[in-house]
Amino acid sequence: MTIHYQNVYLQDTACVCGPYEKKGPLGKYFDKTYSDFYCGESSFEKAEVKMVKDSIQCLLKKSSLAKEDIDLVVGGDLLNQITATTYGSYGVGQGFVGIYGACSSSVLGLILGSTFIENGFASNVIGVVSSHNLTSEKQFRYPIEYGAPRPNSATFTATGAASCLLTSQKSSIRMECATIGRSIDYGQNDSNDMGRVMAPAAIDTLTRHFQETGRGVEDYDWILTGDLGVYGKEIVKEYLLKKYSIDLEKKYDDCGVLLYDLEKQKEVKAGGSGPACSPLVVYSYFVSQLRKKKIKRILFLATGALFSPLFLYQKENILSICHAVSLEVVD
Amino acid sequence: MRDSFYEEIADLHKARENKIKNAFLSFLCGGVLGLLGEGIVEILVSFFSLSREDGLVWMLILFIFLASFLTSLGIFDRMVTIFRCGLLIPITGFAHSMTSCCLDTKTEGLIYGMGSNAFKLAGTVLFYGVSSAFLLGAVRYLIEVIA
Repeated sequence: MTIHYQNVYLQDTACVCGPYEKKGPLGKYFDKTYSDFYCGESSFEKAEVKMVKDSIQCLLKKSSLAKEDIDLVVGGDLLNQITATTYGSYGVGQGFVGIYGACSSSVLGLILGSTFIENGFASNVIGVVSSHNLTSEKQFRYPIEYGAPRPNSATFTATGAASCLLTSQKSSIRMECATIGRSIDYGQNDSNDMGRVMAPAAIDTLTRHFQETGRGVEDYDWILTGDLGVYGKEIVKEYLLKKYSIDLEKKYDDCGVLLYDLEKQKEVKAGGSGPACSPLVVYSYFVSQLRKKKIKRILFLATGALFSPLFLYQKENILSICHAVSLEVVD
Repeated sequence: MRDSFYEEIADLHKARENKIKNAFLSFLCGGVLGLLGEGIVEILVSFFSLSREDGLVWMLILFIFLASFLTSLGIFDRMVTIFRCGLLIPITGFAHSMTSCCLDTKTEGLIYGMGSNAFKLAGTVLFYGVSSAFLLGAVRYLIEVIA
């Protein structure tokens, strides 16, 4: 399902991140960075809430808006009952919509916010997502201090919060269209190989986006998937080429691969993941490139794995989903 | 649904694990731990005039303490990522699992946090360890009665 927007603009973005992202190649593009996982708080969960607060505060400062000027906050994260964004966005805006799309939450939020604006129900919407490496380890895997060996296919949950302001007022970047993804089941059940789990969702949404809009790779300067990691990225490239004859050429990359220096930061294994991973890359580097008009149009496909440890233990497959938005420069 | 063409392509881009290196490091580490344990027992028996049984208990206590202490300093989990089962299978792994669970849940308090989560990982080992000891003990008893 593809939606076209006429008057939704991306006004500003704000990214806050943790120590590993700071050391990565995009470190200088973030608005605020922390050198440890506590961010001055007493627990990791509270640290995640702090990052969400920081990110929203930074965004409001950049756009010279007050908390009350925001009509709606749309946000999500990986914690139980999406508590990081709920607590982090407390007191901001006239309404709050909590969403869960796992690592695809960022684009899901953009799509929902844009739809509200396009239909005239809201004029200022904040989309916010967060993730914290250690809170998600606790949530999905083993205790933090437990040194469970991770295979090379595993990805590293990014620590950070990213928010963006969508408005009906004209700015230099436009939300042009979006393709809503559907749940995909390719019979995958290895939670340590998320690239393999989520690649089919990225392929499905990308091919449907091209079919429904009549566009191709040549219409975009960059096609970016969310957090497939090095192995998932190669799967997408090769599968699209062999099955659909779509050659992504050199216009394609994965945010999970871009967020870290995979040569130096060996501990991240196959790359970054988590709801904050892809927006940390897109809202910082790519949005600045769009603003400088160095690139004209990008397709941002955020991928997510929809599962819980409980369902995994009950031998269910991991479902995946991918939502896409196209951002373009306004002439 | 499983797509065989997808599986084929995904298998081409599968992460490779250096299993030989991992196994060798685990083997080496497990062996060194055993050697250390034996050495400690010998020292305790020779210099502290303990019986061999008491020496064994003191050695285990020392290993449990060291594993827990190094876990709380954040050193042990880094060592586990290198030596893997060489550190997880011996008693150090058991101590490590309990300490890490406690550290992980200390923010939720003594009752709902540490108290109820300390055995989150170690519980499985205890449950099946005790059950299998009971079953095998029963089998041995039966064999002795019959024979």
